[in-house]
Amino acid sequence: METERKDLTPDLFGAVEIDEREGERIAGPPVGFWKDSWRRLKKNRGALISLGVITLLFLMAFILGPLLSQYGPYAQDLSRRFQGPSAEFWFGTDDFGRDLWSRVWAGTRVSLYIAFLAAAIDLLVGVPYGAISGYLGGRIDDIMQRIIEVLVGIPGLIVAILAMTVFSPGIITLSIAVAFTGWVYMARIVRGRMLQLKEQEFALASRSLGAKGFYLIRKHLIPNSLGPIIVNMMFTIPTAIFYEAFLSFIGLGIQVPRASLGSLIDSAAAEIRFHPYLLVFPSIIFVLLMVCFNLLADGLRDAFDPKMRK
Amino acid sequence: MLRYVLKRAAYMIVTLFIIISITFFISKLLPGTPFADEKLTPQLREVLFEKYGLDEPLYVQYARYMLNVAQGDLGNSFYFEGTPVTQMILQRLPVSAFLGVQAVILGLVLGLGLGIIAALKHNTWWDTLAVVVAVIGIAVPTFVLGPILQYIFAVQLGWFPVAFFESWWHSVLPTLALSVFVISTVARFVRTEMLEVLGQDYVTLAKAKGLSGLAVILRHVLRNAMIPLVTVLAPLTIYLITGSLVVEKIFVIPGIGEMFVSSIQVNDYSMILGTTIFFSVLFIIALLIQDILYGIIDPRIRVAGGKE
Repeated sequence: METERKDLTPDLFGAVEIDEREGERIAGPPVGFWKDSWRRLKKNRGALISLGVITLLFLMAFILGPLLSQYGPYAQDLSRRFQGPSAEFWFGTDDFGRDLWSRVWAGTRVSLYIAFLAAAIDLLVGVPYGAISGYLGGRIDDIMQRIIEVLVGIPGLIVAILAMTVFSPGIITLSIAVAFTGWVYMARIVRGRMLQLKEQEFALASRSLGAKGFYLIRKHLIPNSLGPIIVNMMFTIPTAIFYEAFLSFIGLGIQVPRASLGSLIDSAAAEIRFHPYLLVFPSIIFVLLMVCFNLLADGLRDAFDPKMRK
Repeated sequence: MLRYVLKRAAYMIVTLFIIISITFFISKLLPGTPFADEKLTPQLREVLFEKYGLDEPLYVQYARYMLNVAQGDLGNSFYFEGTPVTQMILQRLPVSAFLGVQAVILGLVLGLGLGIIAALKHNTWWDTLAVVVAVIGIAVPTFVLGPILQYIFAVQLGWFPVAFFESWWHSVLPTLALSVFVISTVARFVRTEMLEVLGQDYVTLAKAKGLSGLAVILRHVLRNAMIPLVTVLAPLTIYLITGSLVVEKIFVIPGIGEMFVSSIQVNDYSMILGTTIFFSVLFIIALLIQDILYGIIDPRIRVAGGKE
């Protein structure tokens, strides 16, 4: 193929103006920490589905569940004992003729309450404790850490038992057991972050501008630790939910006629031979809660700190 | 090293001291005494109080209680009158220990195997299997798994007895229920560690100098991947304690866990508190062993003063 050759003369070329500032131009909208994390979380299908399922369970437990049944969780009727799942009783009835559907959602409410409590204790006790301990350092840090070391040695089960012998078993005992040792790991994590962050330049800068301890912690150090804090909180939640169900199962938690997923599973286990449906429904909801919170926590960890991914 | 061990041991003793002190004061707070029987005349009650030292000041009682506990005397059961708690625990210990040890061995063998295979065949269906087992182990607790196993293998298939503890066959289902958590914990741990070690330069070096695949894995990868397995020791102990409560209750096995749960049901406080102390000692010893092993295995921890 023949192409016409043009003579390349210098006047065909011109200098390209390079604007030095062009390199500084931001091509897209800036992506902050939250947006970046959310983008990574959105890619994690398991975590997203889990988030959806948890929202659904919340809705069912607090709004739809009670609305869709005309029987309360405590209403007994011995004439309708052990009815299998039907159009009237969607999950069937138990040995006192109570509607299992209502009882399962009542139990879910207990689980979610415990989840909320554990998260709140983590934030209200664990974070300040760790922040103060890590920021102040020295003697105070030493004492606060010794206290934690002793607390770590006390298993949660023991606390629950001791609380039960003073108060009666029930929601108060459960709350104490969860509150007593639940915050310890959060305090350790936050303290570690504080030790790391307080020596960094931005903290020094803020301090040299006159920021005092509390302001510095609140405005700079804690916001910079939010990733680990949220992730740790999300891992506390399934642990607390499991713990509540376990205590209720062995008779230390929620007492009849009140319902908890653990106590429902406990009484169902006794009837398993003839009425397996009693075990199926509370177990499914419980396992769903556990799986979803675990997957969501995993997803959040990957989203906030991709380096931690394993 | 010795200093480190002593320091750890000191913390453990303080923790134990606090737990036992709390149990003492709680036992004082409890409603009702073992001598609240209305048939007792005031004189008789006085004699009994004197005999058990209940008329003495609190600090004397406290000191004696501490001394007794230090000697392994956890008091007498309220419910089974006059039977020492220690004796009842020792009577039931062999069954619980047998079940626990069997579950841990099964869990370690299967967990290690699954973890190793999953890491070597990373991103294959073996790997997926390990991850699924790990999720099940965490999300499906013993108190759900136990009844399910009972229903499938005992009620429906009739392969194993439903409950009670009369022969080795009776221990199969409880052991299985107990070990699922161990399997999943160990498998997940080994898989993660193996994957990390497999990517290390010294593994590449070992391969490069011509070692066979098996030798590399046995001598270099496994050895280094096993070290962090120590961290599961303390959680595993807690798990076996709590797990035994559940499993022994479900399968009606005459172990410590079953005794404990039934003493909760009859409000046998002295039994509850005595067993609580026993569990605490068990856990704290496990924690101490774990800390010491840490120190031996990883010198960095000692240098850092044993924090974290």
